[in-house]
Amino acid sequence: MVETVSDFVQLLTPEGVRTPSPDFDQWVSDVDAPQLASLYEDMVVVRRIDTEATALQRQGELGLWPPLLGQEAAQIGSARTLRGDDFVFTSYRENAVAYCRGVDLTDIIRVWRGNAQSGWNPYDIGMAVPAIIIGAQTLHATGYAMGCQQDGVDSVSVAYFGDGATSEGDVNEALVFAAAFKAPVVFFCQNNHWAISEPVGLQAIRPLADRAPGFGVPSMRIDGNDILAVMAATRIALERARSGNGPTFIEAVTYRMGPHTTADDPTRYRDAAELEEWKAKDPILRVERLLDSLGLFTAEFQAGVKAKADAVAAELRHGCITLPDPEPLSVFDSVYTTPNATLDRQKAEYTAYLASFEARDGQNSDDVTDAASVTAASVNAVSVTAGGGRL
Amino acid sequence: MLKVFALPDLGEGLTESEIVAWHVKPGDPVELNQHIADVETAKAVVELPSPFTGVVTELYQQPGVVVHVGEPIVSFEVEDASAIGDDAAGEGDATPVESQVTTDAAKPAVREAVLVGYGAAAERGGRPKRRPRPARVDPAASAEPASPAKRASSIAPDSSERRSEPVEVATAERPRSTPPVRALARDLGIELVTVTGTGPDGLITRDDVRAQASGEGQGAAHEQTAPAASVVSASPGERETRSPIKSLRKLTAAAMVQSAFTAPHVTEFLTVDVTPTIELLGTLKGDKAFDGVRINILTIIAKALCIAVRRNPSLNTRWDEAAGEIVQFNYVNLGIAAATPRGLIVPNIKDADALGFAEIAAELSALTEAARAGTTSQSALAGGTISITNIGVFGIDAGTPILNPGEAAILAMGAIRRLPWEYRGEIALRDVMTLSLSFDHRLVDGEQGSRFLADIGAILANPGRVLMMV
Repeated sequence: MVETVSDFVQLLTPEGVRTPSPDFDQWVSDVDAPQLASLYEDMVVVRRIDTEATALQRQGELGLWPPLLGQEAAQIGSARTLRGDDFVFTSYRENAVAYCRGVDLTDIIRVWRGNAQSGWNPYDIGMAVPAIIIGAQTLHATGYAMGCQQDGVDSVSVAYFGDGATSEGDVNEALVFAAAFKAPVVFFCQNNHWAISEPVGLQAIRPLADRAPGFGVPSMRIDGNDILAVMAATRIALERARSGNGPTFIEAVTYRMGPHTTADDPTRYRDAAELEEWKAKDPILRVERLLDSLGLFTAEFQAGVKAKADAVAAELRHGCITLPDPEPLSVFDSVYTTPNATLDRQKAEYTAYLASFEARDGQNSDDVTDAASVTAASVNAVSVTAGGGRL
Repeated sequence: MLKVFALPDLGEGLTESEIVAWHVKPGDPVELNQHIADVETAKAVVELPSPFTGVVTELYQQPGVVVHVGEPIVSFEVEDASAIGDDAAGEGDATPVESQVTTDAAKPAVREAVLVGYGAAAERGGRPKRRPRPARVDPAASAEPASPAKRASSIAPDSSERRSEPVEVATAERPRSTPPVRALARDLGIELVTVTGTGPDGLITRDDVRAQASGEGQGAAHEQTAPAASVVSASPGERETRSPIKSLRKLTAAAMVQSAFTAPHVTEFLTVDVTPTIELLGTLKGDKAFDGVRINILTIIAKALCIAVRRNPSLNTRWDEAAGEIVQFNYVNLGIAAATPRGLIVPNIKDADALGFAEIAAELSALTEAARAGTTSQSALAGGTISITNIGVFGIDAGTPILNPGEAAILAMGAIRRLPWEYRGEIALRDVMTLSLSFDHRLVDGEQGSRFLADIGAILANPGRVLMMV
């Protein structure tokens, strides 16, 4: 395993020092102080969303939550460079990307509460609903990009996936197609070092970025905890795609500081020392230091960011716990686009089943709603659990 | 307003969790998301954040208790609903953790709060209850010979379990048909199990499906009836308590069974006058080099064991049955059996033979601390080569310890007793300890095992002997 600082592009050191890079500097020359402050705020806010959602899971308000702690720069830095007409295909951990795309806070947690099969309309914001199946979204992204080609537009499709996904057939197939058709797609791989409990070194003898050239896809290996490097690399890739020069593979080297999901205990498989090492490379801390060195990290600024983060957390919590339970029969909606006899019959049977409680307990309507909503809750819980099993 | 908080499913599909510790007590004010308890699930120990800002009124569950998902564990007096941002929720089902109870509720919340995502809770309280139907006697059940225990359990379960049986039988094998016929059935909404095949070997044909579709509804609704559930289980004043075999106990049991019935154990005993070691410890404790380091007889024995291993390497080996090889470890990963609140674990000190005395002492302290705090890492539990168990702390003299699987020897240290003992030709009160050594007789012959134990004994009886051993 090759893993030293010199292996990747870094524009901002963990100490908050801006380091020159002839090839990359031009791509972030427009990032001025206000923009840097705004990037910082976004990272703090999504970290707050993460901790609030984790707390909500522990309080029984969410079935599950996949924290992105430590990957803020990789997600914010890349998502903030996209255009509105670009289209994003993510896995389940890209909640910061969703935040940047403008997904409503309540919509972000809707699925994790088991309240809905999906949280938003992908076409409204140019972001597909998260793929639970590892790596599947890279194929969707490549297909979408080929569609853009056919339409003759210069929109780009971006696939987000992790280090573990690179071992999946889907990702390799997507790379083959993207290269063969010169599709305008960006493969944004967040190498967070752990595929649940499997360290990246087990499945990648060489850096992941080295694989892409074999498919005919140029690649970059960047410090994923450096928001400037992430922005620069993403812009290079987007420009290449928009100008008809095909796909790019970006390996953003970052670290999942939290558990795989709220159901995971990383202390069982990784050393505390490794976590400490990465805490020193925190993506937010280095921007804080840079802002400080520029004299921008004032008490007033900090208070403003904190207020924003707290407000977002409060809004998230409020939206979560006031989310109405879904109607029991809504579980049959959105299964098929066309009528289906088997499903129709199941729905009729279930309707009759629910009605049997009303017939039984006509005098006690309270119990009826109780029983019905319990059933709905369990139906949804099952779908979340089944999905989670494949994470 | 009193708010009761029920144990949520902290993982994915967990049905129970253990309260490890409370960090609050009744009367304590708490903030939203303040860390109030540690809870251990089958997957992890997690921190429980307070769901409310308010004052803790009651803890319903004690540490060490396994709680089912959905059972109340703590209640809060919450001054103002808006303080937690759920003002719009008001009352009712939309606010999952909320359920109002009277303060004297020793068994709170008969009606459980409905929690979305509470897959597990549905097992207990969630299944919609049907009114028991008048039941027919099930002839199959009474014809089946059964032990009293079996019979008792076969009539106890509620009707819902019985109802599912015929369904399972019916779906055991897919009816014979062909893909186009299955597609037709699907389109017409016909379940193939309801169709009788008229083709060769009972094959279901296109016509069979069509016939079923046109004639469906006439005899479809055959209600299954449930057997009587009239027996009440007697449980006042329990004489036995049954508790589930939990993960660590299960692991320990499996390891012990595997070890005890794979490796032929031999145990030897040696009783030693350890007074000189105790005196040495007294001297060392006054030494500046050991400031802030806890040293005791275990430290000395750990060091002595490493020295004895070097002289008797066969004690530090592993029998690799699969490879048909004996693995000689040229390092010592020294396991220390530790009783923790959650069961027995054997974390080990890596490369203990390469450590100096003070380093071993420090490692032992760290290991004990981690075990006590429940923060022992997985890597500390793996890769041990030889172990020590300290039964002396419980006041026990000797025993026949069972080997940690994959290791060739384990040393049990007994209690230090002040006993009349022969000393320089006279009888004196001396500090005496019994050492018990179990070893795997496949790997270690009596001679080597005895020499190893004698070496350790010699060091304890006269620490100066180390000079002649290293």
